[in-house]
Amino acid sequence: MIIPRVPIQHRRLLPDRRLAGPTPWVIAILMMLTLLAAAAGVGLARSANAIGDAIAGRVTVQIVTANPVARAEQASALRRRAAAQSFVRSARSVEQEELLSTLGQWFGSADGDDPALKSLPLPALVDIDFVGTDRAGQLARLRQLVAEEAPGARIIPHAEWLGPVARLIRSLAWVAGALVLMMTAASAAVVIMTARAALGTHYATIEMLHLIGATDRQITRLFQRRIAIDTAYGIALGTAVATAILLLIGWQWSGVTAGLAATASLGTIGWALLLALPLLAIALAALTARQTLLAALKKIL
Amino acid sequence: MVEFDGVGLRYGPDAEVLSDISFNLQPGSFYFLTGASGAGKTSLLKMLYLAQRPSRGIVRLFGEDLVAMPRHRLPGFRRRIGVVFQDFRLIPHLSARDNIALPLRIAGVGEEDLAGPVGEMLSWIGLGGRADAFPATLSGGEQQRVAIARAVIARPQLLVADEPTGNVDPDMAMRLLGLFEALNRLGTTVVVATHDIHLISRIENAQMMRLEKGRLSDPTGALRYPPNRA
Repeated sequence: MIIPRVPIQHRRLLPDRRLAGPTPWVIAILMMLTLLAAAAGVGLARSANAIGDAIAGRVTVQIVTANPVARAEQASALRRRAAAQSFVRSARSVEQEELLSTLGQWFGSADGDDPALKSLPLPALVDIDFVGTDRAGQLARLRQLVAEEAPGARIIPHAEWLGPVARLIRSLAWVAGALVLMMTAASAAVVIMTARAALGTHYATIEMLHLIGATDRQITRLFQRRIAIDTAYGIALGTAVATAILLLIGWQWSGVTAGLAATASLGTIGWALLLALPLLAIALAALTARQTLLAALKKIL
Repeated sequence: MVEFDGVGLRYGPDAEVLSDISFNLQPGSFYFLTGASGAGKTSLLKMLYLAQRPSRGIVRLFGEDLVAMPRHRLPGFRRRIGVVFQDFRLIPHLSARDNIALPLRIAGVGEEDLAGPVGEMLSWIGLGGRADAFPATLSGGEQQRVAIARAVIARPQLLVADEPTGNVDPDMAMRLLGLFEALNRLGTTVVVATHDIHLISRIENAQMMRLEKGRLSDPTGALRYPPNRA
């Protein structure tokens, strides 16, 4: 039971000053920051995984032959030969329109119809996805193939230029995870301080209860319930604010479709984790309060 | 009922505040504990109501050795002891009714069984009309009566009272003493610490326990070896 049942008459043994102290508000702020950090961590981790999966076995062959007809023929031949290899999952020629559209964003022309852009000699690109894990062997065999079909073409493994980005994103996800742990520890510390403060404030009542035969369990349940409820108020408030912020960010994010940003999302498991965090926090608070109170009461005869 | 044998008590590294205390309290007896201020009365009472373990010696209560008793068993024994504190120790945010009902609630008595005894007790101490008053609104004497009612409501086997009539007028003092006497007749062993010599003279067959500088005066050995046990 996260919040222990206490008979209503026993609840009156503690004065009713709910939300009067700083604890619910501090917990609310910590919970909000924890959820935002957790959401950032989940989003970044998913983004890093998505990038990692995408770049792990992908290379782009850049054919820069000056003659556009020969360039297109080389690209086509390379795509056909590559697709027939056992170590290749797929081979795709990047259409010139797609290339123009991508570059057009940088030239301020979304449709790729900028005359300056159209005048540029664009390379032919072939995206190739490998099967298996022998990257060095696969690259050697692809080099051989490229030398035969498109001499002078460059092979660009995506891991070379996107790998550091993926590693950075993954590092940030770990930092977010560490922040979640630290804020959880801070929340537990707040609960411990609250429990100790409550014991100090109500020492005379506790001593009296002891002397008329109350057990540690009876007294602990009383305080545990109060602390768990105060904490739950704070957690609910922090969760509500964090959810509002996340929904707002999600709404704005939904308009972002380009580049790495588009890979960041929470997913079902991410949302489930975020929803579970407040419940875990209440359970942690109740458990922490219980252990703190029992340890403190044992020092009293 | 209660046996102290060679009991000593010290707080920290200081000298003993109680030394070589030995006595046997007989079931159903009435005792007055007297002594000058600082003689150790409150310390002795603390050991009687299990707020303090002795530094040395043997304390047996209801036939069990309390010195070696594990802590988790103490609440069961405390429920058999009623205590009236010199400073009342009422819970300030509880009404007079709830303060009096506290021992019964802690013992798990249901609300439907509480109303009768608590109401009777309130009437008896003359606070029937002030059941919902909080301690801060009660006079010293009224608070003391509530504290006494709280101590006796669960019909304890041992009643320990520290200056229980210090804040009440003589009439109320006699009524409260009458309550202690009535409980005593029902079999409760009563120990009352007091300076009031008139109070002592009112109870027939009451025995005196006198503390002097932390030692119990027992020239005849009657406290250590009561007649019916000798």
